[in-house]
Amino acid sequence: MSVDLSKYKKDFPILHRKVRGDNPLIYLDNGATSQKPESVIAAESNFYRTINSAVHRGAHLLAEEASQAYESARENLANFIGAKTDEVIFTKSATESLNMIAYSLGNPDSKFNVSAGDEIVVSEMEHHANLIPWQQLAKRSGAKLRWFSITKDGRLDTSNIDTLINKKTKVVAITHQSNVFGTIVPLTEITKAAHAVGAVVVLDACQSAPHFAVDVKKLDVDFLAFSGHKALGPTGVGILWGRTELLEKLEPALFGGSMVDSVSMEGATWAKAPRKFEAGVPNMAQAVGLSAAIDYLNMVGMETIAGHEADLTKQLLDGISKISGVDVIGPLDMKDRGGVVSFTVDGVHPHDVGQVLDQYGIAVRTGHHCAWPLMRKLNLVGTTRASFHLYNDSSDITALLAAIEQVKIYFKVGK
Amino acid sequence: MELDSLYQEVILDHYKSPKHKGLSEQKDIQVHHNNPSCGDEVTLNLLMSGQIVKEISWDGIGCSISMASASVMSELLIGKSYQEAIKILDAFVELMQSKGQSVGDENLLEDGVAFAGVSKFPARIKCALLGWMAFKDASAQVMA
Repeated sequence: MSVDLSKYKKDFPILHRKVRGDNPLIYLDNGATSQKPESVIAAESNFYRTINSAVHRGAHLLAEEASQAYESARENLANFIGAKTDEVIFTKSATESLNMIAYSLGNPDSKFNVSAGDEIVVSEMEHHANLIPWQQLAKRSGAKLRWFSITKDGRLDTSNIDTLINKKTKVVAITHQSNVFGTIVPLTEITKAAHAVGAVVVLDACQSAPHFAVDVKKLDVDFLAFSGHKALGPTGVGILWGRTELLEKLEPALFGGSMVDSVSMEGATWAKAPRKFEAGVPNMAQAVGLSAAIDYLNMVGMETIAGHEADLTKQLLDGISKISGVDVIGPLDMKDRGGVVSFTVDGVHPHDVGQVLDQYGIAVRTGHHCAWPLMRKLNLVGTTRASFHLYNDSSDITALLAAIEQVKIYFKVGK
Repeated sequence: MELDSLYQEVILDHYKSPKHKGLSEQKDIQVHHNNPSCGDEVTLNLLMSGQIVKEISWDGIGCSISMASASVMSELLIGKSYQEAIKILDAFVELMQSKGQSVGDENLLEDGVAFAGVSKFPARIKCALLGWMAFKDASAQVMA
């Protein structure tokens, strides 16, 4: 039975906008970024209005209050993913988180590192942000980059996992949920194989953590990254989580103020994590804003959100299956699948599909979704993607399906 | 509907039946341009005969706007002198930057004026310019 989340829509000011004439905004581009509730906008703004000052520095009241707000945000984030507080590092984005970890793992001074002869495993359905940093690490270190393939229905092909993950493997960097297909990967199988050979698992949780409950202990991963802005939070803040024992072994990737234990003209030593990985004055207002977003998600409930998005996904998959010439790219069933649906319209380029949908006030993503190698593999120029969050409802799907019919009429394709 | 100002009939016709699509053997140069934000690609072969644009052939994948624009461009520029071609190209670029304020010079741009509406959709301007920029690049290299 589906849950009614309609009372929450009013909390998101942007959803009251009319676009392209008198159309109410139907925002289905949550895979790219989510909208923000009033409480998040207020939290970020109030930081500047009341306690703005550089955290962990000054000897004054504002610095004390700002530091407290910032560290409370860290604690809140840690609880959200089932982690220890000191294991949560604030970055500027998930992209920065993944680059940082790849850089730290490539430093020969790190007590756990990737070097020539080692192997790094990714998958064909990674977002560029969880592909290119590893390509670059392989290039710098002389390690070999290998990858999981995908099956025809858009799932991870683990048939060769026993050879793919072997004793040379040092890192397995994988998406939790594909931003193109919505596929949730079989993580247990991957973590078991990786840990059996002493490799670490880096999880890109950008599409999962904002949409369903994620617990780093249950998932048994070693590092995890996600962005604040996809989780109802502000832009400019991301999360990097790592196990304490691993964070201790790693050299930081960024150097500067705040991250040191001691400094002389000849050299420096590092503070303990998380400070070691947070050089410079951090994005404090954004971290506090993200904490308010986490409060909001917790208030609605991650289980509730996941159930709601599953209902919408099913409604859209069913609806598309009834439209000729429109094909879902990715799993057609609901097994291990999140609230992301990619599709193509025969004879109409995704960019043109998106343009017509926009005319009806429907915001979707079109193109290669920063997963260009995947599009090449599928022999597609791109797809149109609808992705949900808690404020979407059944009427949004009905409107989308009707607009897809209009796309076909407009471009005179099919019946 | 606002959309009709973008998707003029002329554009949809060129999209369905593009002109000079399919790469010709004869060429002085081949260039490949793509649009990394949306993945659209155009490969263009250019053959000059002295100052005259003798042949343009192209192939590509992309949206209706990018493909139709490459089609119109090739039809318009073949047979023109290099100087005339650049004049037309500049007029087309200016039309694209007009933010919907210009209807374009039909004497100069012919079917190209159908793209005037594109200038109201900032995200699509780069689509309309893809083939034109490929020509600009190719011709500049040949004429250098």
